[in-house]
Amino acid sequence: MNYDTTLRPNRRQALSLGAAGIGAMVLGTSIVPAYAKNDAEELIKKFTGGKPATEGKVNLDLPEIAENGNTVPIGISVESPMTEQSHVTDLLVVADGNPRGGVAKFHFSPASGVADVSTRIRLAATQNVTAVAKMNDGTFYTTSKQVKVTIGGCGG
Amino acid sequence: MADVKPRIKLDKKEAKKGEIVEVKALVSHIMETGQRKDSKGEVIPRKILNKFACTVNGKEVFSADFEPAISANPYIQFKFKAAESGPVVLTWTDDDGSKIVGEEKITVT
Repeated sequence: MNYDTTLRPNRRQALSLGAAGIGAMVLGTSIVPAYAKNDAEELIKKFTGGKPATEGKVNLDLPEIAENGNTVPIGISVESPMTEQSHVTDLLVVADGNPRGGVAKFHFSPASGVADVSTRIRLAATQNVTAVAKMNDGTFYTTSKQVKVTIGGCGG
Repeated sequence: MADVKPRIKLDKKEAKKGEIVEVKALVSHIMETGQRKDSKGEVIPRKILNKFACTVNGKEVFSADFEPAISANPYIQFKFKAAESGPVVLTWTDDDGSKIVGEEKITVT
C-alpha cells in the first residue's frame, strides 16, 4: 500500500473539514445550476451549428439519484422510424458539471434499425445531462435531465 | 492491454430479416480520465478507449466516440437491424492506437 500519509488529516483538520462539508451540503442543494460551467454549451453549439434544438423525441433514462458517480447507467433512445427518408444520424451527450462537458457521441444509420443506446458514465457532481439528436433532414431534438450525485465520479 | 477479451452478447443468434438484434458488450479498460493526480501530485496521463464501432458482415451499423466521462470497463448496449448473415465485429480503439476486437455471428433467415 503506497498510501500517502500527508493526505491523512489530523484531528483539527478533520473537524474543520467536517464543518465545511456540512456547509457545502446545505449550500449545494440551493446553488446547483450556479456552478454548471464547462464547455457543454459550446459542444452543443458546435454540434448543432448554432441551430435551435426542439425539446422532445429524445428519451433519457437516468436515475434521479446516483449513489456512485463513478458509474451511472444511462439509456438514450430517439423516436424515429430509422428509414432512408427519416433517421437519426448522430447523438451527442454532454454533462454540464463535469471537468469537461463531453460524454459521448453516437452515430446511427438506417442499418441501426432503432436509435437506442445504453452505457455507464461518470458524473463528478449533481448536474444536468443533455442529449441532442441530429436527424438526417438537419433538424435537432433535445432532452435534459438532472441527476443528483451523492459521491462524485472523478477521483482524486 | 493487447490481450483483453471483450464480453459480447447478442440477444439472438438467429434473426429474421428486418428483425432488431440487441448487442451488449463489456470490455476491461481503466479509462483513465487525465484529470486525476497520483500521490506525488502529478497528473496521471489520459488513457481511454476513444472510439467504438460495430460492423455486421463488413457494414458499419453503429459507432461511438467516447470521452473520459465514460466509466471504467465501458459497457455499451445498442441495436441493429438484421439484414444479412455474417460476422458481428466490435472494435474499440485506445488512445495509444491499439485496438480491442471481439466477434460474434448472426444468422439471418
